[in-house]
Amino acid sequence: MENAVKNQKKVNLSLKQYGMVLALIAVYLIFAVITGGKNMAPMTVNNIIMQNGYVIILGVGRLICVLSGNVDLGVGSVVATCGAVAGTLIVDYGVSSPLAMLASLAVGLLFGAFVGFFVAKLEIPPFIVTLATMLMGRGICYVILQAQTKGPLPADYTWVSTGFLPTIKIGAAADGTGGVYLICLIIAAVIAVLVVMGDIRGQKVAAKNGLPTIYTWQLAVKDAVIIGIETFFFYKLGCYNGIPIMLILVAIVVAIYHFITTQTVAGRQIYAMGGNAKAARLSGINTQKVFFWVYANMGLLCGLAGIVLSARNASATPKAGDGFEMDAIASCYIGGAATSGGVGTVIGAVVGAFIMGILNIGMSLAGFDTNVQKIVKGAVLLGAVTMDLLGKRKKK
Amino acid sequence: MAEYILEMNHIVKEFSGVRALDDVNFKVRQGEIMAICGENGAGKSTLMNVLSGVYPHGEYSGDIIYKGEECRFRRIRDSEKKGIVIIHQELALSPYLSIAENVFLGNERKKNGIIDWVETRREAQTLLEKVGLERENVNVPVNTLGVGKQQLIEIAKALGKKADLLILDEPTAALNDQESKQLLDLMLQLKAQGMTCIIISHKLNEISYVADSITIIRDGHTIETLEKGKDDFSEERIIKGMVGRELTNRYPKRTDCPIGDVIFQVKDWNVYHPDDSTRPILKNIDLQVRAGEVVGLAGLMGAGRTELAMSLFGKSYGQKISGQVLINGKEVEMGNVQEAISQKMAYVSEDRKTYGLVLIDSIKFNMTLSALRNFFSRRGIVDQNSEAVKAEEYRRRINVKTNSIEQVVGSLSGGNQQKVVLAKWMLTQPDVLILDEPTRGIDVGAKYEIYTVINELAKAGKAIIIISSEMPEIIGTCDRTYVLNEGEIAGELRGEEMTQEAIMGAIMAHNNRKGEL
Repeated sequence: MENAVKNQKKVNLSLKQYGMVLALIAVYLIFAVITGGKNMAPMTVNNIIMQNGYVIILGVGRLICVLSGNVDLGVGSVVATCGAVAGTLIVDYGVSSPLAMLASLAVGLLFGAFVGFFVAKLEIPPFIVTLATMLMGRGICYVILQAQTKGPLPADYTWVSTGFLPTIKIGAAADGTGGVYLICLIIAAVIAVLVVMGDIRGQKVAAKNGLPTIYTWQLAVKDAVIIGIETFFFYKLGCYNGIPIMLILVAIVVAIYHFITTQTVAGRQIYAMGGNAKAARLSGINTQKVFFWVYANMGLLCGLAGIVLSARNASATPKAGDGFEMDAIASCYIGGAATSGGVGTVIGAVVGAFIMGILNIGMSLAGFDTNVQKIVKGAVLLGAVTMDLLGKRKKK
Repeated sequence: MAEYILEMNHIVKEFSGVRALDDVNFKVRQGEIMAICGENGAGKSTLMNVLSGVYPHGEYSGDIIYKGEECRFRRIRDSEKKGIVIIHQELALSPYLSIAENVFLGNERKKNGIIDWVETRREAQTLLEKVGLERENVNVPVNTLGVGKQQLIEIAKALGKKADLLILDEPTAALNDQESKQLLDLMLQLKAQGMTCIIISHKLNEISYVADSITIIRDGHTIETLEKGKDDFSEERIIKGMVGRELTNRYPKRTDCPIGDVIFQVKDWNVYHPDDSTRPILKNIDLQVRAGEVVGLAGLMGAGRTELAMSLFGKSYGQKISGQVLINGKEVEMGNVQEAISQKMAYVSEDRKTYGLVLIDSIKFNMTLSALRNFFSRRGIVDQNSEAVKAEEYRRRINVKTNSIEQVVGSLSGGNQQKVVLAKWMLTQPDVLILDEPTRGIDVGAKYEIYTVINELAKAGKAIIIISSEMPEIIGTCDRTYVLNEGEIAGELRGEEMTQEAIMGAIMAHNNRKGEL
């Protein structure tokens, strides 16, 4: 046994994978200094989730497109149209909230299938098809809403984006101030345990199969950093209103897509197609089918984002979702996805979305002019991708 | 100044640890035509890329002395300025631009940065006269010409760059005999006007026809230089230099490999061109392969071998496909690659980088890609454990030289990449394997290992078809071979009957038969 351990090859943790996490911490700390700690207030931390839920959802869908080696320009318009359908159904036709939400998802899926049909079956370049849906979607949205804002939307609808998980608070003063929601602490602890257990299991499996293991102290440092971030995050949420429903929704979406991309045949096929479509086809992958579902899926997530956005605004507006495709795609690329396809992770896209979110909120708190904010965001996107690519080139 | 226009001394070039060129030395005389001969993968094209600056100075070591001075080219433009112009195997023409525009592509006739169209057309016309195309209209798109004429346009383009040393890499590969003759005569004519040429070709009869000297390269070394009038210029002599060893050493013997029943049979297979439904590509093909048998598909480029393989493999090529495929005696329908895999067919493509591998992903990812759905997953979820175990097993079994199955495939040498592709298809557990140019562009050692794997597969009772342009490979590895010519089976040779002469003879006879009709 001892011998086996000695013979075990040890390797360094690949820091590259965590580079963007470090960048995330750095951005956060820089803004903590600039804003005098304002971005660490419980409400601000809560807002990072509330204001960026849709970016994360779209970022994930967009990542799937990017992995397959393609683009989707129509995201923002489709999100607006989906929200418009739900809003109109509720306000004008008195449809119940759950049904309206289903309708939004269905419209999104329909849009996605429409794009998928043209891209996969008729082999029209995605750039053209989604440019068309971008224009058509925005037009349809204005027609549905008759260029007006539909609202207000009822509480059982807006709950998705404004509600919190009901729970117990501990350590509060008699007047109800202070204290922490218990559930947040429990979640923080559970995640901590899972992270550590996951690494221990990974090491064991590697050792059993004769694959190289990673130096233990490096894993310990990595786990400490991750646990530090998530505990800080959940503690701050606990100090505010507890767990937002939005966070649960986002977590479910991220978990599902993380699973699909890392553990399933479908996920593998998407990576293979993005890496080399011709080789994928001759390896027995039905590339048309994969294409179709990539876009149908993007549509479905647009439907979800449409609900989230209209719920947060408590209304559906024709201008909603303008420029969303840019936020979503920036998240993917900041998170390490390759423009040529085949490279990228869901977690990376989420980290990318958080970086964009922290930037947005930090700059607002620091009182940056909105135009200046755009300059900074553009520069961050360019800088992140440049560093990523230069790093890769050096390795070669 | 010496009589040599070019000297290349001690050239060494490595690709990620593999020496493609190892101490190459040769000299070219002013005004001669020198041929460079060698097998596929011997390093000919690499050498020409070194000379023309595709690989900049620093990526290789050694000296290039041109017209008496040492040259250190950093890009193609540098070598072109000195008058060294290379014409690559693939045509470098922009299909929708006019002949005149193509002739001066990258070398535009201009005044103050603005293109001088009159001058462009006038000079293009002069250059066309020099290459025997005076009757072509310089204003028509270049893709309206046939391949042979396009190749001549390439030469006109080189002349436009004031070339003193013209390098032609496989210039006749895509040409028919008449077009080839025309091109070779043009070379002789240019020589008479003082041009120096280097030609790379597999067609030894053409080399004997034009060359003044022949430099032979094998496995990255210069072996010898033959001089016209001094040395024997026969094809046998050149082949001896190129191969340099007994053929028996290159192909491991297959012993204890009984040949069983017919397990793969194709009847009356017809296929039409994918873009032109009136143009037949394959006509009435009948063939059969037995268990444990290795069968060759020999033929010249464009004979339809790859097209046959791909059309059989899930109809991946062509349209209006008709005919029957029987596997283990049962007729099977294969409408796509997935179905072909399920019917236990595998096809290893001739172009591993484009059609075989996802270069940015790992060895493991690539090895299991085709078998993922059937063997490494349950309800769509990948069993990563068994995947890693199998990939590791195959890595050892076929000796992929790497530390880890997580290594990115793009960083492997050609031979190791080819082994990964083979493993990928072995993992689908096929009964019928079609290997298209399985050893193209890989070194001799790796070739031997691949032949060994092929023998093992045959012993395991698989039916194997090998497509190869290298006739010795067909002769060395196959029990039997079909000769394909212009989309038809021109002949079938078995055992001792298989010789290069017999294969070429079958092709010639078939051409003659067609000529009579």
